[in-house]
Amino acid sequence: MCGIVGLLVRDQGLEQDLGRYFTTMLEEMTARGPDSAGLAIYDRGVPAQALRWSLRSDAPTIDWSSVQAAVDTATGATSSIEEIGNIAFLVTSAGEEVVSQALLGTPDHQLTIVGVGKAIHLIKDVGLPRDICERYRVPQMSGYLALGHTRMATESAITTDGAHPFSPANDLALVHNGSFSNHASIRRTLADSGVNCVTDNDTEVAAQFIGYRMTLGDDLEEAMRHVLKEFDGFFTLVVTTDHQFSVVRDAFACKPMVIAERPEYIAVASEYHALASLPDIEGARIFEPQPEEIHTWTV
Amino acid sequence: MSVQTKPPLTLDARAMGVTAVNRELRAQSAGAEVNITEVRGAHNLGVGLTNKIHININGNAGYYLAGLCDGPSFTVNGSVGWGVGENLMSGVVRVRGNASESTAASAHGGLVVIEGDASSRAAISLKGGSLAVGGSVGHMSAFMAQAGTVLVGGDAGDSLGDSLYEAVIYVGGTIRSLGADAQIEEMTATDVTLVREMCIAAGFDHINPENVTKVASAKQLYNFDALTKQSY
Repeated sequence: MCGIVGLLVRDQGLEQDLGRYFTTMLEEMTARGPDSAGLAIYDRGVPAQALRWSLRSDAPTIDWSSVQAAVDTATGATSSIEEIGNIAFLVTSAGEEVVSQALLGTPDHQLTIVGVGKAIHLIKDVGLPRDICERYRVPQMSGYLALGHTRMATESAITTDGAHPFSPANDLALVHNGSFSNHASIRRTLADSGVNCVTDNDTEVAAQFIGYRMTLGDDLEEAMRHVLKEFDGFFTLVVTTDHQFSVVRDAFACKPMVIAERPEYIAVASEYHALASLPDIEGARIFEPQPEEIHTWTV
Repeated sequence: MSVQTKPPLTLDARAMGVTAVNRELRAQSAGAEVNITEVRGAHNLGVGLTNKIHININGNAGYYLAGLCDGPSFTVNGSVGWGVGENLMSGVVRVRGNASESTAASAHGGLVVIEGDASSRAAISLKGGSLAVGGSVGHMSAFMAQAGTVLVGGDAGDSLGDSLYEAVIYVGGTIRSLGADAQIEEMTATDVTLVREMCIAAGFDHINPENVTKVASAKQLYNFDALTKQSY
């Protein structure tokens, strides 16, 4: 199974409530994916030229101020950090290479860079969606775009790294309901092009593939068309960047997806009940994407 | 003497939960009318009922509404998710809005009416029931349908009637493509009568029974032809 939800807010007045609406949507998808969950929330809070680093520590205890100090010493720039338990969001204008080295240079911190970008917050963990949202204060988050996934693992282990979204490029996030049957061959082809997957997960291959296509100059919709051409299997995919939001289903449309369009927001979910709590949902245009039909919205 | 009719019972699906709603529905005696509110896309409402009651669903329902039912009738003032009327045995299920995938899948009897559109795989493996869709149906509709009738007022998607058995399909609009072993056949007077009766039962007045396309099985897949090309 697996559940997908996404919410793009077009009315700025709704941005402050994004986390609250989104949490309800994600919780409604618990039955489709109770083993792990993840989410990407995009906001406009990062200063120009700076990037936000979504970090996770697997150490028993973590002193985020020492992580921040290490980054600032290495980069000579002043960062800001927001910490929530074992995760943190570090914002710095320093170059990516040096920040990445500083973060990963202290093995004791056991850091994982979950995602990087000028708008994205990326959070994932194992457990129930409700617990994860509460743990990381998701209902209090604001922003203009949110993408979430509840996982029922079928092809690789239940781990935090195996949870969706996958984010192989800045501000890119991908979630998947289904399974790919030719991911091993595409994984090898990508490796030949110098793109190496980190996990054994089939979905990561699609995320890396889209990231790679975009480095070749594809926009999101073109990259999605290449996914339809190259990937075999069952899939509903939702992919977000800081300015785009795209949905596609495989040729058989085996995996569900419902889209609700209103002037104030675009919302997508695997099942309608995840949309039922959104404001004025009764007046939304509700439809399903047809097989191999790519729907893309621009922020 | 006047016949006393009980006022309709109203059940709040959100407050009660689906299991309690279904238990309450099962407890109703014949002739009862029940309104279900606060539906909010809930799955499995009104499944497996055998009492002759009428159920009004006010809102959008989730998956498998009215599945396996043998007795009640339903009116949905809203849309429904996957598998409405799945394995229906008898009764009328009317949806005023649209339906998602696998509408009336494996229905053995009864009539499912979708006033809007139905999505992919409508009437898949139909086993004797009837499906009337006012709007269009998605791809692979009536796949392997064994018996029964499908009426589509609008257009049909790709691979209509793939691997059909004895079920018959009538389409008012266009057919994007036919599935393997499905073929267009001449309408007979009996077909016209059947479509007319189905339009009356469904309450459709936008379909001209004289002007629909009939799709049935070419029956070329019924038997394996071992002599084909002698290539084994």
